[in-house]
Amino acid sequence: MKISVTVNGEKRESDIEPRTLLVQYIRENLELTGTNVGCDTSSCGACSMHMNGEAVKSCTVLAVQADGCDITTIEGLAKGGKMHPMQEAFMQNHGLQCGYCTPGMVMAAISLLKENPNPTEEDVRIGLEGNLCRCTGYHNIVQSVLACAKAGK
Amino acid sequence: MIPAAFDYKRAGSAAEAISLVSQYGDDAKFLAGGHSLLPLMKLRLAAPSVLVDIGRLTDLSYIRDAGDHIAIGALTRHMDVEKSPVLAQHVPLLAHAAGHVGDPQVRHRGTIGGSIAHADPASDLPATTLALGATYVVQGASGTREIAAKDFYKGFLESALRPDEMLTEIRVPKMNGAGWSFQKFNRRAQDWAIVGVAAWRRGSESGVGLVNMGSTPILASSVASAIASGASVADAAQKASAEAEPQSDLNATSDYRKHLASVLVRRALEEASK
Repeated sequence: MKISVTVNGEKRESDIEPRTLLVQYIRENLELTGTNVGCDTSSCGACSMHMNGEAVKSCTVLAVQADGCDITTIEGLAKGGKMHPMQEAFMQNHGLQCGYCTPGMVMAAISLLKENPNPTEEDVRIGLEGNLCRCTGYHNIVQSVLACAKAGK
Repeated sequence: MIPAAFDYKRAGSAAEAISLVSQYGDDAKFLAGGHSLLPLMKLRLAAPSVLVDIGRLTDLSYIRDAGDHIAIGALTRHMDVEKSPVLAQHVPLLAHAAGHVGDPQVRHRGTIGGSIAHADPASDLPATTLALGATYVVQGASGTREIAAKDFYKGFLESALRPDEMLTEIRVPKMNGAGWSFQKFNRRAQDWAIVGVAAWRRGSESGVGLVNMGSTPILASSVASAIASGASVADAAQKASAEAEPQSDLNATSDYRKHLASVLVRRALEEASK
């Protein structure tokens, strides 16, 4: 089936099998491998990306469902060689250890601040409940998101 | 994991969707947000040969004040139910429960109609709408009919929906200031409830729905009867499992679930009675 998806601002047209998962389409067809697959069962959130501006778990969305949609992946955040403020906050606050969950955490965190620009620490912890960090490095992840919110970006 | 191959049809209207599933019969499934169906398909627990995508029927995404009840389009996403000012005012229990479905990413995609049509006893919204005395509107090739929530759930993942029928609207009576509570007991964030309770109370009137206490969502009628006849909350809560036959699984034995149900029903009714 032919689909047309705007990915990181660029229109991409592809002919795919209907059963193709969005994450598989992004990683294998478009070769954007910044998005990781963790659990593949919509639990861990590693595959989070934005669909029309909201975080979704791309292992549980079919690429055909994204036909006509606007998709942003971790690769689409930096502009002109400058990191997105959330990426910058993760770097400044050591918000990652092994880094595997990081693309999904950053995408979920941006979506969270869009819906709640001034979250409390508890809001951040609850708001990121769909993302697991198996290094258990949650403390600095939460600090990163709070720092980004405080900077008002 | 990638689902088994299927034909994909995108419906442009509810009528077209119904016509498509009528054409393919039992082999076809509706695809709304996909957050109940796709996980089953990836595990090969479901393998429909045709998916009829109804996810773009935006005219079925709405929350409207309809006088004595709130009408919710079946394709309204959990996030929109959770954040609806109309529901916050008139059916706060449902808005609150919707905020406990999965996690934010799941709530951006999953729909109330999809959750109810899937009829999973462990889901939050079937039991919540059951407790609230909701009515479901379904559309089929031969017309539209209404099914009371209490008559809808027939067995594990089985409902009164016929293969060619589509759930289009959920009608939830206004709570008119009734007290309410939603108790979800689980061990980890975003997990399914081991046991969940949705309850409301207005004087001697009450409604209690149980999550994950049997093969269907359960309406704990004996608790409501006890409250109606003047029993204390503690005594009424002892009847929590009268209609339930909970399974034992890795998380909990059947007896543990029954104990938990009585504790959570007591807590819920205490909160709803304030």
